[in-house]
Amino acid sequence: MASTLRSSPIPLILFLQLCFSFLSTTLAISSGSSDGYTINGRVKIESTGVKGFGLPGKTSNVKVILNGGQWVTFLRPDGYFSFHNVSAGTHMIEVAAIGYFFSPVRVDVSARNPGKIQAALTENRKGLTELVLEPLREEQYYEIREPFSIMSVVKSPMGLMMGFMLIVMFLMPKLVENMDPEEMRRAQEEMRNQGVPSLSSLLPGAGRAN
Amino acid sequence: MAMATRVFLLLLLVLISSPSPSFSLYEDQVGLMDWHQQYIGKVKHAVFHTQKAGRKRVVVSTEENVIASLDLRRGDIFWRHVLGPNDAVDEIDIALGKYVITLSSEGSILRAWNLPDGQMVWESFLQGPKPSKSLLSVSANLKIDKDNVIFVFGKGCLHAVSSIDGEVLWKKDFADESLEVQQIIHPLGSDMIYAVGFVGLSQLDAYQINVRNGEVLKHRSAAFPGGFCGEVSLVSSDTLVALDATRSSLISISFLDGEISLQQTHISNLVGDSFGMAVMLPSKLSGMLMIKIDNYMVFVRVADEGKLEVAEKINDAAAAVSDALALSEGQQAFGLVEHGGNKIHLTVKLVNDWNGDLLKESIRMDHQRGCVHKIFINSYIRTDRSHGFRALIVMEDHSLLLLQQGEIVWSREDGLASIIDVTASELPVEKEGVSVAKVEHNLFEWLKGHMLKLKGTLMLASPEDMIAIQGMRLKSSEKSKMTRDHNGFRKLLIVLTRAGKLFALHTGDGRVVWSVLLHSLHNSEACAYPTGLNVYQWQVPHHHAMDENPSVLVVGRCGLGSDAPGVLSFVDTYTGKELDSLFLTHSIERIIPLSFTDSREQRLHLIIDTDHHAHLYPRTPEAIGIFQHELPNIYWYSVEAENGIIRGHALKSNCILQEGDEYCFDTRDLWSIVFPSESEKILATVTRKLNEVVHTQAKVITDQDVMYKYVSKNLLFVATVAPKATGEIGSVTPEESWLVVYLIDTVTGRIIYRMTHHGTQGPVHAVFSENWVVYHYFNLRAHRYEMSVVEIYDQSRADNKDVWKLVLGKHNLTSPVSSYSRPEVITKSQFYFFTHSVKAMAVTSTAKGITSKQLLIGTIGDQVLALDKRYLDPRRTINPSQSEREEGIIPLTDSLPIIPQSYVTHNLKVEGLRGIVTAPAKLESTTLVFAYGVDLFFTRIAPSRTYDLLTDDFSYALLLITIVALVAAIFVTWILSERKELQEKWR
Repeated sequence: MASTLRSSPIPLILFLQLCFSFLSTTLAISSGSSDGYTINGRVKIESTGVKGFGLPGKTSNVKVILNGGQWVTFLRPDGYFSFHNVSAGTHMIEVAAIGYFFSPVRVDVSARNPGKIQAALTENRKGLTELVLEPLREEQYYEIREPFSIMSVVKSPMGLMMGFMLIVMFLMPKLVENMDPEEMRRAQEEMRNQGVPSLSSLLPGAGRAN
Repeated sequence: MAMATRVFLLLLLVLISSPSPSFSLYEDQVGLMDWHQQYIGKVKHAVFHTQKAGRKRVVVSTEENVIASLDLRRGDIFWRHVLGPNDAVDEIDIALGKYVITLSSEGSILRAWNLPDGQMVWESFLQGPKPSKSLLSVSANLKIDKDNVIFVFGKGCLHAVSSIDGEVLWKKDFADESLEVQQIIHPLGSDMIYAVGFVGLSQLDAYQINVRNGEVLKHRSAAFPGGFCGEVSLVSSDTLVALDATRSSLISISFLDGEISLQQTHISNLVGDSFGMAVMLPSKLSGMLMIKIDNYMVFVRVADEGKLEVAEKINDAAAAVSDALALSEGQQAFGLVEHGGNKIHLTVKLVNDWNGDLLKESIRMDHQRGCVHKIFINSYIRTDRSHGFRALIVMEDHSLLLLQQGEIVWSREDGLASIIDVTASELPVEKEGVSVAKVEHNLFEWLKGHMLKLKGTLMLASPEDMIAIQGMRLKSSEKSKMTRDHNGFRKLLIVLTRAGKLFALHTGDGRVVWSVLLHSLHNSEACAYPTGLNVYQWQVPHHHAMDENPSVLVVGRCGLGSDAPGVLSFVDTYTGKELDSLFLTHSIERIIPLSFTDSREQRLHLIIDTDHHAHLYPRTPEAIGIFQHELPNIYWYSVEAENGIIRGHALKSNCILQEGDEYCFDTRDLWSIVFPSESEKILATVTRKLNEVVHTQAKVITDQDVMYKYVSKNLLFVATVAPKATGEIGSVTPEESWLVVYLIDTVTGRIIYRMTHHGTQGPVHAVFSENWVVYHYFNLRAHRYEMSVVEIYDQSRADNKDVWKLVLGKHNLTSPVSSYSRPEVITKSQFYFFTHSVKAMAVTSTAKGITSKQLLIGTIGDQVLALDKRYLDPRRTINPSQSEREEGIIPLTDSLPIIPQSYVTHNLKVEGLRGIVTAPAKLESTTLVFAYGVDLFFTRIAPSRTYDLLTDDFSYALLLITIVALVAAIFVTWILSERKELQEKWR
């Protein structure tokens, strides 16, 4: 059965199991049950291989889930999967793979005309002509540390503090120069009365920040 | 200068409080505050693979539907797969020396996995007409050709499957003959297989089948008028022993060359008179079988011509026996484990020689592991060419141990794969005299560490430095200390497992602090089939009862039905000692932790039994005093899902029937809501968490307007679904399916909100917090999952906006809130699409309830996604106004965003996810999150970032340098200004 699939040019084939010559006897026996459709599909992960995860061909940890957990299946080495004994109706297939975002797929299994199926991605309503599921995007679970740059240091609280100090040191004298000498003298007078800010008055503040 | 510092502070504040995505992690922060543990569950089958020189491994399947390959040296997992919940593993084996073959789903799915890496190689679906016992038979030869066939009996058919590609070679249907095959025998190297089974209860059929084409070569049947009970044991390739219908005699059946001969032996002739029922224990011992009778385990040897004789009688019904293991010289050995005191005795014997012990070892065993449930043995050749044995044993607490040379080589606590309930408990307070400074050794070390960190942040560190930094961060002794910390990050997680064992896990590194196999939940005569139910906080001492240790209450049940009598057990959470246990006379339907505590800080609990009586615990006069006072204020509800009825109850008076029992109370029904059974079926009910803290009832919205949340502890969310739509997705059309959700006040039975979603179906997952409910369901029309939010606001307080009214006291803020007054509420709701199926849902909880909330969604991919509640705000609009934007309202989108960085489990999976538990830390910004399933995952998250804590990678060194630089700059400027002033003066 699997070999039939692999040789088939169109992987999306929803066969009634009657189509399979081999299993025909099976169905003849289980004629009492109305279900017995098979959904075959394929998961294709084209790894860019940049981020370290998603090694090409590493499909052993991918799960394919039907109807939110009714059945869970795994991928064969070539990426194919199948669900057996599925009843006619509208089903949903989800792919769980770490590092990739897959859209759930809506699959209609028709009872009236066997073999005819419809599949569509539910995220973007894109129809699928064949049941090949590809990730919509890769998922990056970690924030990326920005490389060291002067800007990041300047933007950090410490950097800002430094920057402000520099401004005070180099720009303030310039401002003072442009001041009215009268006012300047008054200001200096005031300063002298207050005295120079001592270290001790600064440190508690720093201590608190620590 | 003062102004300058003020500016700095402002700048700092702005920087810290700037909006940013809620949860995110850098790759090098993994493992700093989270831990992840992988388990497999209780082992059912084990197959050793030790032939080759390479890695020695054991392949196991478990009751959690896990198949895994374990390292035999250390017990680590090489690979592991968790099958679906309906896909229980029936049998496993190794074929061709390189494929692991699993038969699952009652013999209908056969899969082959590559032994080295666990990649699935092929999968076959085996169909048959009717459910039956399933059997797997893999031939032991390693020849790789089409002839290497796996025989599977399942669903009433015998299948021959090629082990190379899983192709079904032939199939023989036994359904017409209604044959229930009991054994498939494939003599090594033979072209024939035998299938032996029962037809009905009194006829035995044997088939001889050609391996190549499934053709029946011979068919013989023999009738046994007494009838069989169905238990059968294969003792050799041509002899079976079955137990008859009265369980009083054994019938040995030999089918040599297809001819059947029966021979009956009375059990009383073998073991003497006994009163008990004989039970045949499943065994695969050649030439021997085991029966259990009257607490004895009897080994019966099958001699020539079907004669039976007793080989040994063991007075230990709990002994475990392994399957026979073929040794080199055609001999077979098996392992036997008996219990004695705090030791277990492992013996390996030859099958045909009872007294020839190949190995006899006694191993000290922690009595918290209980007795041995299963044993698997494996042999190896010692250097002196004799046989050595290793034994894999599964204990009562589901742990897995490897024994070799009289020692436990490794052990795995696989009971943790089946957690039933979790509660968080505090650690002891730090004793005086132990200084915190000790941790940081000395100042120099501390500075060195921070210099390294600084180098790291400035990207100047060499790779070795980076490793040193990472190591320093990971093994920080701070996080795994056994004392309470300032921020409340260190706690104990008390977990109850299905085996009835209680574990205390440290939140810092996930290690097991203590574990106790609860005496009361131990399978005994007083309590058969004990099942654990819940864990509750029993005693949380603070304030005046600080000297007492906190304790938890473990509630269980003796028996399988809900009317079975209950068991209570009290466990000290510091020491793990079982303080007390009570076997109750009544059943347990529901446990209600009340909001009152007695003088020893023991919380009052009300247990409702199936006869609708309420029982108060603890049974002390003080408790009854407190309780009598609050009697009229206690209400609860009960849900009868199968009848579609929700009832409200209150307490009446002391029990009439049990006089003298002052702790028993009769109850009365207050109200009932009956859902029409033809259109609605109860699917889910959710209430708020009892210990949830709400900071404020008021919610300030745009234009300084205020809305009042309708915060009530008595609200119940109920979701019902059309009876047709209770099945899986795809079983109904949108027209015949709908979902109705209700919000019901459980005191009055008043329905506050009702909403019908047409064309939708379950499963429904919901969380209820503060004044809102979020629920997840499936929309059949769009064929996507949907999430809805409902928020309830109190209108009666809406007119308290006038300041003058407040000043003059004409407001109703102080008027009592009563469930009996008709609530004037308005509800707002909104729907969004959500991509994934959901397995579990929870909401973050913080100490004071100020921090904004996040939903924690366990997705079908076994990851936990943190979703800001802001995305589920019914006030979202497509184009929010400027003021709404400032308030933080996000423009409306039709689906909820899935941001990969907000997965709290980052790139890990919590396989088989079943539940998410949150507990507040002492620090307001932080929530502790524990997700459990087959795996365990713990982390702490800050839904609005850690605004009250410096992050771990905060660089103290950079801060110090800045301060030093600032001080230096001050001096320099001072000197400069002095000099300039001097110059000014000279001028």
